[in-house]
Amino acid sequence: MSIGLAHYLIVSLILFALGLYCVLTRRNAIGILLGVELILNSANINYLAFSRFSSGQYDGQVFAIFVIMLAAAEAAIGLAIVLGIYQNFHSIDVEATETLRG
Amino acid sequence: MSGLSLGDLVFYLVAGVTIISAAGVAFSPNIVYSAFSLMGTFMGVAGLYVLLAADFVAVIQVLIYVGGIMVLMIFAVMLTHRIADVRISNRSVGRLPALIVVACIAGVMAKAVLNTTWHSVAPGTPAPSTYAIGNGLLGDYILPFELASMVLLAALIGAVVLSRKELRDE
Repeated sequence: MSIGLAHYLIVSLILFALGLYCVLTRRNAIGILLGVELILNSANINYLAFSRFSSGQYDGQVFAIFVIMLAAAEAAIGLAIVLGIYQNFHSIDVEATETLRG
Repeated sequence: MSGLSLGDLVFYLVAGVTIISAAGVAFSPNIVYSAFSLMGTFMGVAGLYVLLAADFVAVIQVLIYVGGIMVLMIFAVMLTHRIADVRISNRSVGRLPALIVVACIAGVMAKAVLNTTWHSVAPGTPAPSTYAIGNGLLGDYILPFELASMVLLAALIGAVVLSRKELRDE
């Protein structure tokens, strides 16, 4: 059995599951950002796999470039927010930031 | 099953590296190890892109993720607190409910992937994709391309505003 679309989809699914687990369980804000990066990468694998095996066009690769670009913007903003939280709460534990709790 | 061809073997190797280092990101008790295994994941994903005949995207992945985002992440990890203290540095809570939720979602998606007959074309021979991507970016996708530059500018200004030290005159 040669490597086909389903193989790449399964690898991407495993990456997505690990990233979701990371986002759900981490209490460190940077850990959560690492999980989000895993999820974005799994989406990119899907784009490229469908682009190669299912459409044969290059549209998926262009989309992947947009995703990478948005991930870069997200990382910059996310880490700026993390540093802001650290300045205000002296911790990047997301459970420490409960100022809005009613 | 008449043995694996070389291409299949390379795929399993790269996919294994990717998944094992992603597991390191998700389960490592130390945030520094998590950040460094994310770098392994990015390299593995770049390898998968090469196997998918996406040479340009693979180079972009290495340049932006491994060169840019990773440095930023490790920088932030080192800047913030008590990374040496393993118990505090990367605590995870609610493992069992999270595991159940993730297993349910992953199970549904795996069933969908395996039970669907995907529309497929025979994959062409790998060819340089830079020309087609450049034509796409400046042709069909010119509007998202220009919007992307606005988003990046806004993100940079926003990051500067958010992370600068607040000047209070009290």
